Formats: sequence, C-alpha cells, structure tokens
Amino acid sequence: MNPSFRFFRRPPVLPGFTPSFGFSVLFLSLVILIPLSALLLYVSDMTWGEYWQAISDPRVVQSYKVTVSGAFYSTIIVAGIGFVLAWIISRYDFPGRRLIDALVDLPFALPTAVAGITLSALFVPTGWLGRWFEPLGIKISYAYPGLVLAMIFTSLPFIVRSLQPVLEDLEPEFEEAAATLGATRWQTFWRVLLPSLVPALISGASQAFIRSLGEFGAVIMIAGNIPFQTEITSLMIFVRLQEFNYPAAAAIASVVLIASLALLFLLQVVQGRLLRRT
Amino acid sequence: MTIKRPTLVHQWLLIALGIVLAVLMLVVPLVLIFSQALSGGWSLLAQNLNEDFMKHAIGLTVLTTLATVPINLVFGILLAWCVTHYDFFGRRLLTTLVDIPYATSPVVAGLCYLVVYGLESTLGKWLYGHDIQLMFAWPGIIMVTVFVTSPYVARILIPLMQAQGADEEIAALSLGASGWQIFRRVTLPNIKWALLYGIVITNARAVGEFGAVSVVSGTIMNQTLTLPLLVEQLNNDYKTAAAFTAAALLACMAMLTLLLKTVMEWRQKRRDDTPAHFSPETIAKP
Repeated sequence: MNPSFRFFRRPPVLPGFTPSFGFSVLFLSLVILIPLSALLLYVSDMTWGEYWQAISDPRVVQSYKVTVSGAFYSTIIVAGIGFVLAWIISRYDFPGRRLIDALVDLPFALPTAVAGITLSALFVPTGWLGRWFEPLGIKISYAYPGLVLAMIFTSLPFIVRSLQPVLEDLEPEFEEAAATLGATRWQTFWRVLLPSLVPALISGASQAFIRSLGEFGAVIMIAGNIPFQTEITSLMIFVRLQEFNYPAAAAIASVVLIASLALLFLLQVVQGRLLRRT
Repeated sequence: MTIKRPTLVHQWLLIALGIVLAVLMLVVPLVLIFSQALSGGWSLLAQNLNEDFMKHAIGLTVLTTLATVPINLVFGILLAWCVTHYDFFGRRLLTTLVDIPYATSPVVAGLCYLVVYGLESTLGKWLYGHDIQLMFAWPGIIMVTVFVTSPYVARILIPLMQAQGADEEIAALSLGASGWQIFRRVTLPNIKWALLYGIVITNARAVGEFGAVSVVSGTIMNQTLTLPLLVEQLNNDYKTAAAFTAAALLACMAMLTLLLKTVMEWRQKRRDDTPAHFSPETIAKP
C-alpha cells in the first residue's frame, strides 16, 4: 500500500464512525450494488451474438429513439416552464404564491400511475383539455405528445427546486449596479442574471432528463404503447419479461443501466466543476 | 433576493403566465381526479372503497410502507451522519452511490431483484427449495420499494447537516457526552423537522412506487396488487370510477405530503434562522 495513503483525511473526533460507516456500506452493498452487479453478471452469461441481437432488435432500437427524443423535448419544454415558475415564486409577491410554491412538488408526491391516468383522462379528445386540441387535429393521449407531456409533468419539480435557492440568493445589488451603469432590463437579465443561473439550470435539466429517461408509470398510462411509435425502453424490458425472455430483458436493462450510470457520474463531474467556478 | 410586489406590466404578465401554467399543470389534474372519483356519486364511491380488492390493496400498500420507511430512515440518518461528520477516503463515492436508485429506471431495478432472487438464479432456486418465496410476493415488493426510496432521507439530511457543521456535537463531546447522548440530545433536535419531512416523502414515494413493484409483483388480484398497480389494473379493465377512487386516495396522500412539507420547512427555518429548503429532488453536493 502507498505509505502516504491515509484512510482518514482528518482524524475522526466524534464517536460513531464504525457503526455509521459500516451500516451504510453494508446497506449500499446489499440493496444497491449486489443487485445491479447481478444483472450485469447475468447478462455476461450470454454470447455477444445473443446480446447484440437482443439489444439491436428494430423494435427495441425504435424504443431507444422514442425514449431519448421524448426526454429531450420534455426537458427543453419543462426547463422553460420551470424557469417561469421558479422566477415568479422567488421574486414577486402575488396572491397564490405560497400555494404554487407548495404545489410544485405535486408531481413528486403524486404516484406516477395516478399522474398517468389523470393526464390521459384530461387529454383524450373528449377530456377537459383534450377537446381544445381535437378540432386542431392534434392527438395527445395515446400518442407521442402524451408521452412528452407525462415526462414534462413528472420532471417539473427538478427544474424549479434546482433554480429556486440560487434565485433566492441573488443579491439585488448586481441588478442595481447594472441598472446604474445604464443596462436595459433585458441586458441585465441576459448579461447579469442568466449567467449566474446557468449552472443550476444545467443541473436541474440534467436531472429532469435522467428522470424522464427512466419514467415508466406515468408514460405507459398515457402513451398508448404502440410498437415502433410510442413504446419506451422501460416498457420493452417489461414486454420481454412477459414473454418470459429473461435474457433479452436483462440485456436491454443493462444498456439502460449503463447509460443512466454514465449520465449520473457525468452529472456529478459537471456539477463539481460548475460549483467550483462560481 | 428580496421578494417585491410586481409593479410593471411585463412583471404582471409573467406572473399571469406562471399562474396559468401552474393551474393547467397542477390544479386541473387534481380537480379531475376527485371529480372522476365522485362521478358516480358518494354511494358508488363508498361502494368502491368497500370492495375486497380495494381493502386488500390498501392493506398491502400500508404494510409495504411500514416496512420500508423505518429501514430507509435508519440508513439515511447513518449515511448522512457518516459523510458529514468525518472526512475519509471514499466519502464522495458514498454520496454518489446513494444517488444510483434515483437515476435507475424503476423497471431495471425490479429486474435486478428478479435476477438475484427469482428462479433464474442459484440463490432463487435454493430459496424455492426451502419454500421461501420472495419474488411475486409481498417480500419482493418491500425489497424493491426499499431500493427505490433509499436516497430521500439522506438527500434531505446531508445539505442540512453540512450547513449546521459539527461544532455543537464537538462541544457536547468535550463536556463528556457519549455518542448516543450527542445524537439524541444535540443532533436530533437540530434536524428534527427535516427528518420528519424525510419520513413523509419516503412514505409518499413508497406508497406510489409503480415500475419496480410491477416487475416483481406478478399482479395477482387480492394478493400482490398495491394501490398504484390497482389503479392501472382497474383502468385497463375500463372500471374508470373505481380506478379514480384508488387514485383519489393516493392524491389525498400526496396533498397531505405537500401540506406537511410546507409546515415542516417553516418550522426548520424558524429553528435555523436561514432559508431552508427540503429538496429530495436535487442531488446532494458533497
């Protein structure tokens, strides 16, 4: 072992390190690491040919495209909506502010299956909101827009709650200084406020994106699950399981797992960088 | 940032836009759930609530939550304590690992457990030989729910405990307090409200978990259907009013969660005198 290596960077002062560290590591191993590794081990029993066939089936490939594009569009839209909500909640005093602030967490607290049937009932052609789109020939429930809508709904809190603390910490002095120096409101927003919000926005949007990639309950209840059109990858895993084709299900799941872990670590690295800079 | 009253037209327009968005996205869906649940009148609602499958689903959901919340509560406290009170090799790794369940698709999580404990594996066959059934039964439902809801308590506690620092604990130690006394008398009162919200949100997510549970449940009516699975099942069977009755129960739980969050954030703020936000949604920054 490297002689300069020390486990403790600072010697522990408080008692309780062994039980808290021991239990945390045991829990993380049993609950998280072993099951995830088991999936990868299970997949490693397959030959490359079988694996490739399972993950490159045209219907599965189409589901990757649907999932990623749906998550991409929904993240862009929800970033806009979340920005407006976070902005007005943290800057202006208006009737109903507290209520909206509390309701922003609804998509997080409401079970996703409930979100799914509710949104689909709202946006069917006879539904309260769907009837306004019907004359325009836009189908939302049981079609691709419904899938994007479900992702928008479930990822809204991630954007708002990432932006809100940063918006609340912004000192009014910066804006006042900009105004004194002759900046227009638009310039102040664009040149002074927005740059300090970008790290939080990126962090929130990445989390919204990751969440949308994995969203299952809300999406399958509204998307209609038409093969090659509105089937998401999580659903493909489910379909393979119902066909009792465990290896194929595990193969697709391993792709999803590796992609989401890669995104998570990327997000951690990027976030570390962004935070150090500010 | 100080909150100010809007004065200019474009500020009012922005607020109006925000309110319209919030009403359309958040209020209208809630109203719809209850109006659908009540579409057949109060008597049908009562009848639906009295059905065997509904009572069974409620029972299973409560059992799952009662088992899940204490486990994740203990884990969350110990992990948060460990990463905020000591500086050691691998500290950042621990905080990253606890985020894995949140980045993993729930269906993938369910499948992982199926691969370990199901009949496909040696362990699963051994368990089967000893008449222990974990998958497609309630123990499996609890196991995947523990996985999915494990990050929340830790995520809420870590930023708070970091901000509070360890000065008070060290002072207690120098006065001769034992480890348990320090936790019980110093740390716990400081994090009380955040911890309670951790319980509330873990509860909400445990009650509502759908993807992972649907993989390991086997969806057997009156046996392995939790409330969210029942919602889907009834909806697939075109029993809309009954589906929305179950949905309304879950929506009540969600609204109670929001109410408790508001109250507990306010109490924690009063205690710390700093703006406190409980954000189980955002990644903990080590």
